[in-house]
Amino acid sequence: MVEQGPVEGAAPRDGRLRVFLVDDHAMFRAGVRAELGARVEVVGEASTVAEAVSRIAAMQPDVVLLDVHMPDGGGRAVLEAMRRTHPQVRFLALSVSDAAEDVIGLIRAGARGYVTKTISPEELTDAIRRVADGDAVFSPRLAGFVLDAFAARPDAPVADPELDQLTNREREVLRLLARGYAYKEIARELYISIKTVETHVSNVLRKLQMSNRYELSRWAADRRLV
Amino acid sequence: MSSTATPHPPRLYRATEHRLAAGVAAGLAEHLGISVLRVRVAFMVLLGLSGLGLLLYAAFWAVVPPRPGDTAVPPRRDVAQLLPFVAIGLGVLLLQVVAFDSVGAAGTAGWLVAIIAVGAGVIWHQSAPERRRQWGGSMAVPWLGAVVEESDRRAFVLRFIGGGVLVAVGIIGVAAVYSPAQNFDAVLNGIIFALVGLAGVGVVTGPVLWRTWNQLRSEREARIREQERAELAAMVHDQVLHTLALIQRNAADVKTVQRLARGQERSLRNWLYKPAASPTERFAAALEQAAAEVEDTFAITVETVVVGDRETDERVGALVAAAREALVNAARHAEVRTVSLYAEVEPEQVSAFIRDRGKGFDPDTVEDHRHGVRGSIIGRMKRHGGRAEIRSEPGEGTEVRLILPISGSGSTAERDR
Repeated sequence: MVEQGPVEGAAPRDGRLRVFLVDDHAMFRAGVRAELGARVEVVGEASTVAEAVSRIAAMQPDVVLLDVHMPDGGGRAVLEAMRRTHPQVRFLALSVSDAAEDVIGLIRAGARGYVTKTISPEELTDAIRRVADGDAVFSPRLAGFVLDAFAARPDAPVADPELDQLTNREREVLRLLARGYAYKEIARELYISIKTVETHVSNVLRKLQMSNRYELSRWAADRRLV
Repeated sequence: MSSTATPHPPRLYRATEHRLAAGVAAGLAEHLGISVLRVRVAFMVLLGLSGLGLLLYAAFWAVVPPRPGDTAVPPRRDVAQLLPFVAIGLGVLLLQVVAFDSVGAAGTAGWLVAIIAVGAGVIWHQSAPERRRQWGGSMAVPWLGAVVEESDRRAFVLRFIGGGVLVAVGIIGVAAVYSPAQNFDAVLNGIIFALVGLAGVGVVTGPVLWRTWNQLRSEREARIREQERAELAAMVHDQVLHTLALIQRNAADVKTVQRLARGQERSLRNWLYKPAASPTERFAAALEQAAAEVEDTFAITVETVVVGDRETDERVGALVAAAREALVNAARHAEVRTVSLYAEVEPEQVSAFIRDRGKGFDPDTVEDHRHGVRGSIIGRMKRHGGRAEIRSEPGEGTEVRLILPISGSGSTAERDR
């Protein structure tokens, strides 16, 4: 299983986070490297799944920026190869696609967050930092997908209600995320601490990763996504 | 027909040259290294043994693949190809006359068998579309082409049934001739014979029909693929290339470039991922269209997230209009580049939230004559039985909340309560 809460040791060692890029477009890698160069340490790049798997294992970066669509299997294949053997490496999906099945697929495979390629460098740096600290990065769109996924089946048979249902509080947090609130604004709105917001978000992510495949595929099929 | 066989082919294939029907005989001859004539004669002789030859031929046809590589250039053929079937019929007739030396009942039976053979031949030939098309191409007489060529499926079915009827009539005739007793058993026997005969034809033509069907299907699939590709090419040409050209011309104007790029991204995304829904019918589509209009008009980004969906009616339409007005206000006054739009459809209510992180304002100071907020948002929501809240503080940005209670599941709209 994936490590959940913040893990000591995954935090940056010398203040600068070690980031690894996986993307099949060299131009895009160069662009991200140029944008992030001053803020984090980009320790390596890979353009294929096989290359990514071997080099991430060798480099041990803090955060991997992972593209969804690549010719030989995509980000999901990298995640599935790495997550058991290297649980300390965090993955942040960075994709041009914000299609529901891509987003949810990557999150379920174990990515800690999902941002699109139109994100600004500042926001991307912030997302990398949050992922490295053990948080989840939820874009409003991702929150919307999750709400959709969990809301659209009130009468569905649930194997483990504790696991598969969102609590009211988690739902509230997700709604505020989808409405464009930042974590600290959510905390203020709901009179809870930022830490509690982060816990709720992490729990949502865990539930998303664990809720069974059948339900999700049905959800996708209902929306003619697959 | 001569067989110029390549020496020792490694596998048994159906020949595509020098063939009469499916190239089984020619292929066999080539494979065995004997004259094709001998193979054909063998088939003909076996045909006399309760149609064994026919069955064997069909079996070979079904399991032996055509020679690979040859299929692309099938040889041209003409009406003369029908002759073998006539020949088969005549041969059987001759066999009857010569071998059994009888012209009476047996002779009639021979004629009937000949009819069967021709009928089966017609069916057989109808069943291979490739050959039929060649016929149509090489046909000198138009009306004959119309008969033989595959024009549409109905004609094909008609001709197929015609052939089948011919076969059935022949078989029933044979039964009637051989057992002229005018009782019920004889008729029953005749029918059974006919059924057996039809089953035989079915066995013969089954694989061919199956192949025909597959061919038609793959042809249709190829056509659909081609159509989709053409559609994609047209879309890329009409939209993407033109947008890129405009961007190159306006490279200095950042706002224009961003607006063009955003519009293009949105349209590509919709094309790739979203099933097309009509904005006049579905809530989510209507909201997205409103957001797109605001994006294009004011050169800002509207981050739209819609959870759930429903049909629109007048009240839901009012909510969309109010949301649009709120987006316009944010774009105009908030001085931001991004506005969030979140909407959710729940069983008992529809809600929308429009939030920006702009400069904000004090809602109490909005003057009464400002219609944007009071009339288009608050008033409109009230008139349709909903409510609007505006939260804003200077420096903190603004959030407009639109909530519309709905009753029932669908399009029941209670107006103006």
